[in-house]
Amino acid sequence: MTGNTSKSLVMSDAASIRQRIGSWIGQGFLLLATSLSAFAVFFIFYFILKDAIPFFQLEGFKEFFASKRWYPSGHPAEFGALSIFVGTGLVTLGAIVVAVPLGISAAVCLSDLLPFGIRQIVKPVIEILAAIPSVAFGFFALVVFAPLLQRSGGAILATGAWLVLGPILALLVVVGGDLLLEKMRNRIQGKKRYLASVSVFGVLGLGSILFLVFLSRRLGGIEINSGTNALNVSIILGIMALPTIVSVSEDALQAAGRELREGSYALGSTRAETILKAVIPASVSGILAAVILGVMRAIGETMVVWMASGNAARIPDPWYNVLQPIRTLTATIAGDMGEADHVTGSARYHVLFAMAFCLLAFSFLMNLASELIVKRSRKKLGK
Amino acid sequence: MKRIIALVATTALVGVASAQTKIVIDGSTTVGPIAKAFAEYTMAAHPEVNISVSESGSGNGAKGLLNGTCDIADMSRSMKDTEFKACADKGIQPVAHVVALDGLPILVHPSNPVKDLTVEQVRKIYLGEITNWKEVGGPDQKIVTISRDTSSGTYETFEEKVMEKGKIREDCEYVGSNGAIRSRVQTTPAAIGYAGLGFVDKTVKALKVNGISPSAETVQSGQYPIARPLFMYTNGYPALGSPLYQFVTIHLSEDGQEMVEDIGFVPVTAY
Repeated sequence: MTGNTSKSLVMSDAASIRQRIGSWIGQGFLLLATSLSAFAVFFIFYFILKDAIPFFQLEGFKEFFASKRWYPSGHPAEFGALSIFVGTGLVTLGAIVVAVPLGISAAVCLSDLLPFGIRQIVKPVIEILAAIPSVAFGFFALVVFAPLLQRSGGAILATGAWLVLGPILALLVVVGGDLLLEKMRNRIQGKKRYLASVSVFGVLGLGSILFLVFLSRRLGGIEINSGTNALNVSIILGIMALPTIVSVSEDALQAAGRELREGSYALGSTRAETILKAVIPASVSGILAAVILGVMRAIGETMVVWMASGNAARIPDPWYNVLQPIRTLTATIAGDMGEADHVTGSARYHVLFAMAFCLLAFSFLMNLASELIVKRSRKKLGK
Repeated sequence: MKRIIALVATTALVGVASAQTKIVIDGSTTVGPIAKAFAEYTMAAHPEVNISVSESGSGNGAKGLLNGTCDIADMSRSMKDTEFKACADKGIQPVAHVVALDGLPILVHPSNPVKDLTVEQVRKIYLGEITNWKEVGGPDQKIVTISRDTSSGTYETFEEKVMEKGKIREDCEYVGSNGAIRSRVQTTPAAIGYAGLGFVDKTVKALKVNGISPSAETVQSGQYPIARPLFMYTNGYPALGSPLYQFVTIHLSEDGQEMVEDIGFVPVTAY
């Protein structure tokens, strides 16, 4: 059992060489792997540009960017992509409206309100949302959500208004009422102060409840003709962007550090003041980066929009009407590829690459912006 | 039992790998189910034949035949001039085999009281000249038009048989498959759509067109106006007796007719 334990501590020459060669091979392999993924980006840019340029040579820039008529299979074909750009913008905006307030609130709750133990469970659960395949989201949007919107669209819109505006208004009433009373404090004395506070909160609270009732009655009367529309896709895309936004901005809030929070409390701030005036301002660039990453997820998403946006190449009327079907760049590329024959060298093939290039350029810029913002935030926090 | 025999036969044949024949099929999602049924049928009887079927659209099928990546291109439309020309330039001679017929029923929600439209009315609905169901005898409801995506053979047939060069209204919705059309129509009371005859079931209502209801008989007799043949294209006529030849003639047999009927299409034969 004891065997030969008297092994020399100095490596033999052969072993030394063997180890050095092994180390070279290992390092070389890692370098190769890294450069492969870096070169892939350049190759993608090159090949997309190579097939996008012929489109502009064939059809020029004006129709593509300025015309609203998208009839790629017509005779003659028309390649006006303006409405498709607007569609992409609209659902992205919608996804931001859904995901950003929800995501940041959830991140604040995770980092500053929930006890550590619960946070350790909740955060991974939210992150699982990112692992759900997009086709499953798309299927849900098409088969469950779209019919639901058609059957009881008004009720859903009204409930949504209560759910979203309710807490916001409540917060505004509390904070606004407080501020108002603060200003009045000097002028009003004694028992009148109690009366003043009751009347201020009463008027503000009643006002916002009346507003909500009025709004929800207006919304409740709306009938949604077709459930596959910009609203449906915006909500689903917002949910898909949530895990990114929650996770990254929670990290940013955490990175603001314990010292900052303790310092703020030591100065006599309440928890709300600490969060709103110290923690969030300190991590604003990290939160911004989180938002940009989430938005990029929404812009690049294809399957959900292809299944549930309606794919109608038309600017809604008026442009912000999210209850009408829209068409996005990604869905157009995916949907039109089947007939876009490169062998016959058609503009119909190259136009898809022109779109892909626009998407790529845009997400490249966004990525760059988020990179810069994160860098700035690191510098600010001295890390 | 057949399966087991097939399995045993395959195992026995693995030794003689040279005897393996591979047939690659690609193309229309409409014709795909027929190709799959034929493939199962062939492989059960001839385990040495290996058949793979993909469904990536008629255009991709033609592309595959042109590039030599498939032996049979399933297409729900006939080849276009440009595709023929591209094939001819490459020395490929596309030969069409009409394996079945398909009618495109016009589908509406079961609750829709409308029973009958003319091709002209359908065209006007898709052009955007008729926008409310009450204009064609239905309830006062805005019509939601649903179409297959522009890169499907189904769309091209609809465009050719119904639209006649007219451009579909801008707010028409597009979906990626016949199944998606059915699911959109069965859940949307104001919807109108079209899909292959094989996709009609009780959850949607197929309208009469020009007074003719879509069925196997009316499609075969040419009475139903929105109908089309379904093709398999090969490069030249396959050598007589070869596995490829046997494959593209299955639809002429009694078993083939039964399979085509089972999938919901109209056979070209009448045993």
